[in-house]
Parts: sequence; structure tokens; C-alpha cells
Amino acid sequence: MQQKDSWLLPDGIEEILPANAKHLESLRRRLLDMFACWGYELVIPPFIDFLDSLLTGSGHDLDLQTFKLTDQLSGEMLGVRADMTPQVARIDAHHLKHEWPTRLCYYGTVLHTRGDPLEKTRSPLQIGAELYGHAGVDSDVEVIRLMLEMLALMGVLNVHLDLGHVGIYRSLSRQAGLSPVQEGELFDVLQRKARPELAEWIDSYALDSDLKAMFLALPLLNGGMEIIGKARQVFEQADADLKQALADLETIAGRLARLFPSLPVSFDLAELRGYHYHTGVVFAAFTPAVGREIARGGRYDNIGGVFGRARPATGFSADLKLLAGLSSVKGPSEPENKIFAPCIDDAVLAEKIRDLRAAGNTVIQQLPGQAGDGAAMGCTAVLVQENQNWFIKNLA
Amino acid sequence: MLTIAVSKGRIFEEALPFLEAAGITPVDDPKTCRKLILRTTREDVQLVIIRATDVPTFVEYGAADLGIAGKDVLLEHGAESLYEPLDLNIARCRLMTAAHKDAPPLSGRRLRVATKYVKIAQRYFANQGIQAEIIKLYGSMELAPLVGLADCIVDLVETGNTLKANDLEPRDLIMHISSRLVVNKAAMKMKNRAIVELLNQFEATLATKG
Repeated sequence: MQQKDSWLLPDGIEEILPANAKHLESLRRRLLDMFACWGYELVIPPFIDFLDSLLTGSGHDLDLQTFKLTDQLSGEMLGVRADMTPQVARIDAHHLKHEWPTRLCYYGTVLHTRGDPLEKTRSPLQIGAELYGHAGVDSDVEVIRLMLEMLALMGVLNVHLDLGHVGIYRSLSRQAGLSPVQEGELFDVLQRKARPELAEWIDSYALDSDLKAMFLALPLLNGGMEIIGKARQVFEQADADLKQALADLETIAGRLARLFPSLPVSFDLAELRGYHYHTGVVFAAFTPAVGREIARGGRYDNIGGVFGRARPATGFSADLKLLAGLSSVKGPSEPENKIFAPCIDDAVLAEKIRDLRAAGNTVIQQLPGQAGDGAAMGCTAVLVQENQNWFIKNLA
Repeated sequence: MLTIAVSKGRIFEEALPFLEAAGITPVDDPKTCRKLILRTTREDVQLVIIRATDVPTFVEYGAADLGIAGKDVLLEHGAESLYEPLDLNIARCRLMTAAHKDAPPLSGRRLRVATKYVKIAQRYFANQGIQAEIIKLYGSMELAPLVGLADCIVDLVETGNTLKANDLEPRDLIMHISSRLVVNKAAMKMKNRAIVELLNQFEATLATKG
């Protein structure tokens, strides 16, 4: 690379300049404070980790998304985390080992080999919260509430919540006795709600007509609360697991409706985002003007199994940089007193500056021979000397 | 407001009956009007007229809520971030390989293939067990075998007349192509009622066409 291009960044990698960085950092602090108020404790997993452990339960998608390198010390393959969720699950399963429910939150840069097709960024600043050790709608409702509170705190407006349940497709596949290959084919087709292709696949399988009808109905089961009633009719012949999934969705939506009466909620029973590791309810938040979800999560029971202890789990995550861009909350304003101090070697001045800084003021001391004065550097006041003492004098 | 992305030409012409049955008639005629956003007789629907290959991009980003795009474009673009609930069965044609009429059967050696469908061609020849070297062209594919640029081409074939006029002949069918209605994923959730209604109207029109 030629010298003149040395300011260029790799594709999908960005740097954040002072004004935005300040905004982002203030949002991050407020979010972590709020998570703490809900009892979610912060953990800081490593940026780089054994590949096997990073790819646990996540399947093929994360394998392609993970930057890999060889550890020269052990010869093992390492990966730069593309998702922090498996790392946090390991902390719960292997290190904490509480008998009671564990609530953890985290934030950090993750790296993706390919940018998100829409956002283009390859280095999202992931922030999220996970709740381990409880299976049931109460913990699902808690994490959905926390996600909504997060979006509210960040000032993301007109949020829309979408609910789904991967147990529905899983249960149908099991009843139909689909092979893993067939399950994968249908998964791809359902992700796109490609009904003509779905009909072709279903026709080519030897299934009874009840099951065929149930599969074909899946891509149509999206919309408001009425979808649950419709699904009950469609899935009358389905097994108990599927019916429980519908009941859970209805309970969750009912509780959320009481807690957030003006929140628009939709259902999509063919939503299979994260199908490879999710096991139950999945949810996502949308906002107009963004063509994809802005925060997402769901239940992923048993992921901790490979780390020594399988526990029910549910949680959510989002890209803090994306959310900050959608935030209607103004960044922290400039400090009211930004004080410029002259470049003089004086013990009284040094003490005065120390006191002012300790009281939370911003004090910038002049450097010898520097260009520009206090006003040019955005200072609102200067320190001036009178009778051996230093006083603040407002500019302008 | 619903925004529908459509490409000019054949797809637009053949999509008009579907749009009209749903009460959507463009107020401006795209053939004479240079506007890129067309108002329609429905206050809540507008059309954006773009290149066919850009339709998936507009819909993916949510710049348009819906779009009408050929299956060839969707496959080449990689459309797993879109919903494609309806096959409108319009703008039908075949995606085929074609070679000079005197050329030997396509197999064995390392083939040079000229096409604008790079991904589809790669996947197709890999499935056939043929090592192919793909040359990306933006148009006049038929010229490539004539001037020795490629052994064969991969392109859409409608009547086969262009091939014939250039001493080429269609060889293997890769797939049948028709246009699909595609929907942005977020719009499907947030504007569900309006979109489902439109899907139902399109499906009703599809049924009347047999």
C-alpha cells in the first residue's frame, strides 16, 4: 500500500470520531447501569478464543463469519469472536455454576469475515444480556422487557416487536420424520417464505395430507394476535409440543400487551432466525427506515451442555453502533466550563488546576509555542492571575 | 405508504394486470415520463422504476417494501434476506447454456463461460462436475463464442432467435425463469396488513390466469 493511502481502513471497519464516540460511550454507560439495576452483572469475555468453543451450537453461519488463526503456542485453531453469546454461556456453565438463575450482560467488539449484507460493518459493537437457569415464559418476558427498555433508553422511536417460535417448525419436522438434509432444504425455503418452492418440496416428500397442509400453512402464519387462533385451527392435528409453543406465544404476547399497551406486536410462525441454536421463543425489534431487525434474541436451552452443564437460557443482543445511529437522545452537551490555563510553571496554578479538575471541570493547559488560543480550542473561560491568586475569567 | 420496485420493460408490462387488479394504476407512463417515482391511483402506493438487477437491493434495504424481480436476478443476487412469497408466472423464459452449433458437447476440459450470471454459472457447472472459468460480461454474450472469448455462454433464452442469428444453439436447460414478488422482511412485519392484502389480491389475479 502506498503511503498516501495509509489513512484507509479495511472494508467494513470504522473509526468513531470524538462527538460520536462521546455519544456512544454515554449510551453504553447508561445501558450497563440499567442492566445492573435489573440484576444483570457485567462480564468481559476474551476477544480471541479457541475456535471450537466459539462455534459451539451456532452451526455453519458463525463458522464462515469467524476470523481464524493458529495459536503458535499450542498449535490450536483460534478465532476472533463473531458472537459473544457462546462465551457468556460458558462463563455461566463452567465458572459460575450457580444453582439459582444467573443474569449476565456484556458488550464488546465482535468481528465478522463478511459484513452484514445490509449494514456492511464487519465490526459491530455487540451489547446484550442473558438469563440462565429458568425455562418458561417468565424469563422470556423478562428479557424481552429488558430489550424494550434498552431501546426506550436509547431513544429509538416507533419500535415494533416480532415474535416467533422455532419449536413449531422443529416439531413439524419431527412429526414428518424429515432427514437433516430435507430439514435443511425446507429451512432455506421457509426463510424466504418461497411458497411455490415449498409446495414443490412438500409434494416430493412422502407425507400424509395433514402434515402437508401444516407445512404449507407456515409461511402464511404472520400478522397480528389473530394468527394464534388461526394457527390453533391449522395445527389441530399437531403434537403437544407445538400446541405448547402456541400457548407460550399467546401468554408472552398477553403479558407484553399489559406492560406495553401501545407497542405494536406481530407474529411470524415461520421465523427461523438462529434456528440452529434457538430452541423456543424468538423475538426481534424493528423500526421504520431500517430494513432488518435492530435487536434480536430468543431461547437457546442446553447450549451450556458442552461446557459441562446444560441450562435453560434466553437473552438478546444488538449492535450498539447501529442503535446509537437511530438514537433520538442527544449526546452529552459540551461541559459548561471548559477552562484554558496559561503555560506557566507555577505551584499555585498547578494546585488550582488540580482542584478544578477534581471538581469535574475540564481544564486544558496551554503548551509552549502552540497555535491558537483558548477561544479557538472551544474554551469558555481562562485562568488569570491577580495578586498571586488564580481566578476564572469568562471569555466573551 | 407502500413502495413497489419494478423494472422497466417486459416485467413492468406484464405486471400491470396484477397491479391494476389491486387498484394500482400508474398516473404517469414510464415509457414517456422520466420520473423515477411514479404516483398511482392509490394514494398509499407508489412505484419506483429501476434496473432489474437493482430490485433485490432496493427491497433488501427497505428502500422499497415490495418488488417484482426475475428468479435469475434473485439467484444471482443471493436473496436469502428477502421474502419471495409469490411466483407471478410472468416474463417467463429459460436460463440455458448455448454454444456454437458446430461446437463439441460441453464437458471434460476446462470450459470458458461468458455470462452475466457469474454465481449461477459457477454453481451449475460445479454441479455438473465441470471446471469452468467464468468471464463476466454485461451484454452481447452471443458474441463471445464467435470471437473465441469463450466456449459457451449462459444466458436467458426467450425465442432463441438471437442465438440462431449468431450461429449459436441452446444446449442445456439450467432452469425455468419467471418473475417473483419479493418483500422486505421488516416491512412484512411492520406493514403486515397492507402487504398481506396486496399478496391476496395478486394471488387472486394469478388464479384467474390459470
